[in-house]
Amino acid sequence: MANFITRTRGRQRLHWTDWASYAYLGFGVLLMFGPVLWLVLSSFKTETELQHYPPRLLPYVQQTVTLPGYDDPLLVFHVTQGPLAGQDVAQVRRIGLVSQMVRPDDPTTIVKVPIADREPVEHVALATSNYQKLFQRFNFLRFLWNSTFITVVATAITLLVNSMAAFALSKYEFRGRGTVMAMVIGTLMIPQTVVLVPLFLITRDFGLINTLWGVIIPGAATPTGVFLLRQYMLTIPDEILDAARMDNASEWKIYWRIILPLSAPAIAVLAILSIMWRWNDFLWPLIALSQTENFTLQLALNSFRGEFTTDWASLLAMTVLTLVPVVAVFAFLQKYIATGIASTGGK
Amino acid sequence: MADLELRGVTKAYGAAEVIKGVDLQVAEGEFCVFVGPSGCGKSTLLRMISGLEPITGGEVRIGGEVVNRRGPAERGLAMVFQSYALYPHMTVRQNLSFGLENLRATKADIETRVTEAAQMLQIDKLLDRRPKDLSGGQRQRVAIGRAVVREPRIFLFDEPLSNLDAELRVEMRGEISRLHRRIGNTMIYVTHDQVEAMTMADKIAVLRDGRLEQFGRPLDLYNAPANAFVAGFIGSPRMNFFTGRIAGGAVRLTTGETVALPGDTFDMAEGAEVTLGIRPNGLHPVDSGSGLSVTVTGVERLGGESYIYGSTQDGTAVTVHSPGQTAIEPGGAVTLAIDPAEAHLFSAKTSKSLRKGAAS
Amino acid sequence: MLKLITPLMQIVDVPMRALQRLLGPRRLAWAFLAPNLILFGLFAFLPVLVNIAYALTGSDQILLRDRPFVGVRNFTDLSQCASYLDANSCKIDVFWRAVHNTAWFIVLQVGFMVGFSLLTALILNRKIVARGFFRAVFFFPVLLSPVVVALIWKWILQDQGALNAVLEHFGYPTVNWLLNPSWAFGWAVFLSCWAHMGFYTLILLAGLQAIPRDVYEAAQMDAASPWRVFHRITLPLLMPTMVVVLVLALIKGVQTFDEVYAFTGGGPGSATTLVIQYIYQTGFAGAPRLFGLASAASIMVALVLVVLTAVQLWITRRNANG
Ligand SMILES: Nc1ncnc2c1ncn2[C@@H]1O[C@H](COP(=O)(O)OP(=O)(O)O)[C@@H](O)[C@H]1O
Ligand SMILES: [Mg+2]
Repeated sequence: MANFITRTRGRQRLHWTDWASYAYLGFGVLLMFGPVLWLVLSSFKTETELQHYPPRLLPYVQQTVTLPGYDDPLLVFHVTQGPLAGQDVAQVRRIGLVSQMVRPDDPTTIVKVPIADREPVEHVALATSNYQKLFQRFNFLRFLWNSTFITVVATAITLLVNSMAAFALSKYEFRGRGTVMAMVIGTLMIPQTVVLVPLFLITRDFGLINTLWGVIIPGAATPTGVFLLRQYMLTIPDEILDAARMDNASEWKIYWRIILPLSAPAIAVLAILSIMWRWNDFLWPLIALSQTENFTLQLALNSFRGEFTTDWASLLAMTVLTLVPVVAVFAFLQKYIATGIASTGGK
Repeated sequence: MADLELRGVTKAYGAAEVIKGVDLQVAEGEFCVFVGPSGCGKSTLLRMISGLEPITGGEVRIGGEVVNRRGPAERGLAMVFQSYALYPHMTVRQNLSFGLENLRATKADIETRVTEAAQMLQIDKLLDRRPKDLSGGQRQRVAIGRAVVREPRIFLFDEPLSNLDAELRVEMRGEISRLHRRIGNTMIYVTHDQVEAMTMADKIAVLRDGRLEQFGRPLDLYNAPANAFVAGFIGSPRMNFFTGRIAGGAVRLTTGETVALPGDTFDMAEGAEVTLGIRPNGLHPVDSGSGLSVTVTGVERLGGESYIYGSTQDGTAVTVHSPGQTAIEPGGAVTLAIDPAEAHLFSAKTSKSLRKGAAS
Repeated sequence: MLKLITPLMQIVDVPMRALQRLLGPRRLAWAFLAPNLILFGLFAFLPVLVNIAYALTGSDQILLRDRPFVGVRNFTDLSQCASYLDANSCKIDVFWRAVHNTAWFIVLQVGFMVGFSLLTALILNRKIVARGFFRAVFFFPVLLSPVVVALIWKWILQDQGALNAVLEHFGYPTVNWLLNPSWAFGWAVFLSCWAHMGFYTLILLAGLQAIPRDVYEAAQMDAASPWRVFHRITLPLLMPTMVVVLVLALIKGVQTFDEVYAFTGGGPGSATTLVIQYIYQTGFAGAPRLFGLASAASIMVALVLVVLTAVQLWITRRNANG
């Protein structure tokens, strides 16, 4: 193993620059992964544990015990001083600085212990209560559905509309093609961020404000997608299209039986990009959607902010659930995503 | 099956005229080859026949009907492309049936036709493969098969063999000829290779720069080329050309030699500038006597035959074909006798043949 | 999936075939372009005109015909400053604070991010064990949504968060990071770098890997020192990619909104309010909704972006040709 690592740069031993490189990368792993890991770990902590300061790395759950005569499970403490020192006892209730305890083997005799003389008995465990609460108390499934609907439908429309345009721009010679290409480049210069007001007004005129379609439609045709697909379609030989024409295929049939399947790699890249854009989209939905029931996950997450006390327990769980699909997609399609993003120069 | 007729067909891309008026008649069942140097417009002409390229002027008639305004699918033709243009995402079977599906043939009909064509072309074992898993020759067969299943009125081929290696090319050449004999359809075949044209064609159309230079049977083109271009293009190695003028009923070459030609074969106006053409096998090295004196620059000995390369005093390159083996060495001089029966005479000005009764 | 799409496509084929017969195959291109062009027209080009119309009119009315024409007053209001370096001297001080913040933000964010991306790319370009893994590690935050990024770091930086706990553990004083204007701004820059540097690292790494090996071998034959190799070979050959990266980062930098807004909401005060947030607040979040002012501000941003994008296209084209 050591031999394997030290093979670097084809020399026998590691140069100091190699050590420095690995140190840098190690620090990078910590800085990039650490916060996300911390978030995930935190989301599995009980609310009490989240209040704990200083925070502990792993999620702990206090042990409980169910005793006859008590309806709810009781918290278990370890007594450090006094007559019961060294014993684990269950707390019935706490009054000020004193807690009333019972021994598990004698649940009827109440013993009073100062709270300074006891410490909770805990073990490492993942608490799923935050997640359960998310489904019980919040309209989480609604937000999830909104996000999913927008992502899927918008991606489908983007793929269809952009691939049709790319087909026309790559495989036909017609008057005005140069103008259209210039238009596509023009739209590249008009990101949504600089036309928010008119975009809002136009979308409103179509009656789409506060609907999911109002989020989907305005960004459905992307210049990036047209460029990406056109570039790929240019590599498909024209003779194949001619062969299909000789084979009695209509132009539309050529589009969906020949061009679409042959552009599959580029379409996959655009699909991934579009899914990412839509799932993570924030500013436009923030403007277009104002009713909570239409909120996407991103908006819902954001809406927790600004209240006086942040409900971190639910927020953490929801954040984790929002990033799970992204990480899952990334894990499976890393190569596609990386090359796709690099080749379009956009995200 | 159908015949094909072109009447004054022209094609222009904007201001650039690419096909400059072609008249041609291909009879039903004929194998017609369009041949000419690269860029002369062969593919364009073929694509105009196919319907893939709009026609600027003139008429294309198939089976007597004008088809100018019809789309490629409605002309009942099939085409084999230079790059084969197989659908890469479909299996061989799907490649063959795609066109039939588009014509709404029944499943059973498609099945029988595909099987039949696959057997004929010996690709029946490859039906479930994709094009990328085929060799060049197999792809070629599939491309032909895709045309065959359609049972077209006319087959169109655009340089179908140019992507194959030499050996395979000869083999496929024979195969396409056999296919033609077997199914007997009209076929139009484009190539820049005159050997292909000579070996396969019933009729050859020689094109240059968007014009039809000559149209006729291969040996007619060889024996009586209509002009210096056809003479030089058809036949391998190339015909030798010498410049001269008519003097006293004979040709006086610029290098000084005089070549007597039978006066009843050629129009020999006194003083006219002419080009004398003689194929490599019309020249014979002689030990003595009059003839063309040539400096030998190279000799190729192939055993059964030899080629002697040389140049005349004014630097004109000369190729001589000599049956058997020769003792001539590079660097020496040799005298070449000219066989008058093998001579061709062209006007230097128009480059048209001066043969009496030659079609211009 | 295919079962669903095939019949759909076959249905569309009927009108498209008719159109093809009507228009001929060449002009059919417009039919393929139409949906995309209509969307572009309605949601990209029309907005530009509408934007100008709203920028030239005033009041908080939403319908154009209710809005009085005010000429360039929105623009003069926005740019009315005693000194452009002092936001407090401006008529609309919030806007200028946002402009100053954005300028600082871009300088710091682009500088640090491109710097660290270059360093990371150079290291990843060495013969490193598990390069793919490390590349993925630096890249994956690019995929996280801005809101998620903001929350991840807010959770760490909150008063009772992990960072303060660590500081306390080692005996340093704790800071309420997000309530201190300078710290909040600094962390906003940091988080933005953290989220996006993987993207630029990837592009720079691709640029580095495109430099042919034999150039380095030739340099080795010339006995060039590692520093000289970097300085005289790597940097010049990487320059085109560097310029693209810089311009791209600038374009994105100007448009920064999501992660900072979700992180601090623009606060404390207006310490982290950027220009896009100003537009959002003026036009949408506050009452009255001052569409005119928001439009005018977004036109100013658009002008900056048009220049930057034109530079980018020019460079990409020059790189592609060279
Ligand atoms: N789309 C086009 N636009 C302009 N000129 C063309 C086009 N296609 C072909 N040409 C020109 O037409 C001439 C004939 O081309 P082509 O038919 O392909 O020649 P070939 O005989 O080699 O098959 C060439 O000079 C070519 O440059
Ligand atoms: Mg050709």
